[in-house]
Amino acid sequence: MSDLLELKNVTKNYSRGLLSRVSTTALSDVSLTLSAEEPTIMAVAGESGSGKTTMAMLLLGFIAPTSGKILYKGKDIHNLRGEEQMMFRREVQAVFQDPFAVFNPFYTVDHLLTVPIERFKLAKSKSEAMDKMVEALTAVGLRPGDVLGRFPHQLSGGQRQRINVARALLLRPRLLIADEPVSMVDASLRANILETLSHLQKNYGVSIIYITHDLTTAYHIANSIIVLYRGSVMEAGEVDGVIKSPQHPYTRLLVDSIPWPDINRRWGETEIKAKESELSDHNSVGCRFSSRCPFVMEKCKQTPPLFRLKEHQAASCFLYEQHPSIAPEKLSELLPI
Amino acid sequence: MTPVLQVNNLQVSYYTDAGRARALDGVSLTLNAGEKLGLVGESGSGKSTMALAMMRMIKPPGRIEGGQVIVDGINLMKLSDQKMLRARLSKIAYIPQGAMNSLNPVTRIGNQMVDAIKAHEDNATRADTERRSKEALESVELSSNVFNMYAHELSGGMKQRACIAISILLKPKVIIADEPTSALDVVTQRQVMETIDRVQKQIGAAVILIGHDMGLMAQFVDKVAVMYTGRIMELSGVKNMFTDPKHPYSQALIRSLPNLENKGIFNGIPGMAPALLQLPGGCSFHPRCSHVMEICKTVRPPSITLASGQILECHLYSEKS
Repeated sequence: MSDLLELKNVTKNYSRGLLSRVSTTALSDVSLTLSAEEPTIMAVAGESGSGKTTMAMLLLGFIAPTSGKILYKGKDIHNLRGEEQMMFRREVQAVFQDPFAVFNPFYTVDHLLTVPIERFKLAKSKSEAMDKMVEALTAVGLRPGDVLGRFPHQLSGGQRQRINVARALLLRPRLLIADEPVSMVDASLRANILETLSHLQKNYGVSIIYITHDLTTAYHIANSIIVLYRGSVMEAGEVDGVIKSPQHPYTRLLVDSIPWPDINRRWGETEIKAKESELSDHNSVGCRFSSRCPFVMEKCKQTPPLFRLKEHQAASCFLYEQHPSIAPEKLSELLPI
Repeated sequence: MTPVLQVNNLQVSYYTDAGRARALDGVSLTLNAGEKLGLVGESGSGKSTMALAMMRMIKPPGRIEGGQVIVDGINLMKLSDQKMLRARLSKIAYIPQGAMNSLNPVTRIGNQMVDAIKAHEDNATRADTERRSKEALESVELSSNVFNMYAHELSGGMKQRACIAISILLKPKVIIADEPTSALDVVTQRQVMETIDRVQKQIGAAVILIGHDMGLMAQFVDKVAVMYTGRIMELSGVKNMFTDPKHPYSQALIRSLPNLENKGIFNGIPGMAPALLQLPGGCSFHPRCSHVMEICKTVRPPSITLASGQILECHLYSEKS
């Protein structure tokens, strides 16, 4: 079985200025693989500062990891040149958070679709290009007549975000990195965009890495989930298990704080220890969550490995040390497709 | 019990080159002391205009064209500009959408609070204002050291809480919070909402929470008003709204929400909200409505009150009232 994408012990540090020796670890020793044969949707969840956007930037090759390697079809994405680089840029596409900021207000939305067609020489004639655009727009549930020839300000946020998905789709990608694609879209339109993404995975064979802070939408769209906190994997596994019975104290806190639209499910009683104001930035030793954890123990000064609780669920927490631990390189075994 | 807030037939229009956009088209509601109302709707439905109109902070080309906002027996629309200045914060306070950008970056938090009190009370002493400001900070669980800090020294959640502290300084009767947590993480969001809940109970104010997160509404408010194209389509108690919504738009809105039971089923609302400049005739929701009837295309439904207490604008229920 060949791998589409492979992360090998990827770590990313940001240093603060030239002279400062303090650096922030945005992502710490993450290993992952995505299979080329079976497309899946994997969610990466966490609060701001958890390293989820750093992960997107790394996967897209915008920044280089401090240590470790990112391989696409077996080749390090930072050594790709020429043909191979074009192929990578075509097959790995992104949808970003803000559907307002990615458009150039001086061009009609057609521009966003025609540029990639020209750049990657996807069509031989104008009419073929038009056919491709119409096909991609229809696939994301837009009527081409409603949007083509319009300026971005004439479209709603939901339409713009779907055009972004259409643009990505036009290039027949193998992998889509969606960084908070619905967080700026009205609640009533979120369902439409999530449905579009889910449809892409099922019918077009696109693997999706869905990056979000919203566990509700992650639960709905993804098959597997990785929960990050300050760059470290806290819990990973099958999305049903992790959201319905979270084990790591951090995941429990997150899941408990979701405001479910259900009046019979009240906001949890889990006490929120330590206000964010009391947190220091540099607890670099031991469990990253220990300063906020209600169950903190002496042991937590060391970094806990992932303990495998079930076939498809593991938590990085000493509360579960009676379970067998699993090496960080084996993270993907936990994630069902 | 006399209501602490009464909004009667409030109307706001924006005058643009392309014509007149009715952002608020006759909105009425009542709120008792200690009650929490959620105002939900898609972007462009008029919820933020509603907040600004109640504060009388609509700027040209927008104009308040009619209606009353009565807080504690006083019609704010009739006050002189000078008196309105004093009514803000002491009668009605506003927690803005981006708390990140609403604090003065070059003035210490404490001085901004002291300024706010002095603008309302001419003979307040420095020691007194300082003590009250620190009390307000402590009541939102910030340390009194924040008094001497600048906005950039605080995190997003702390800035939002500093804004809440300012809004309760003069114990207003009504607090309007416009998407107070939309930029915050879930855990911080819960902390901020719990803070608003607690201070609101302390001073007994009515709260209007504006937002589009129905989940947050389910957890926080007592009543929900669903807005669409500048009108309130349905106003119900929170329990009715989530278990038995009446208006087809609120039904679609509730159905579109993801929860634990309906995994993988996506029920988006088809179509998009109309532009305010070209509203469809009759009921403005009729092009997207699954129960549309002939009458909906021509006649605007009147506001009716059902026996169960819901206030609705929909022809489906007209004959039953």
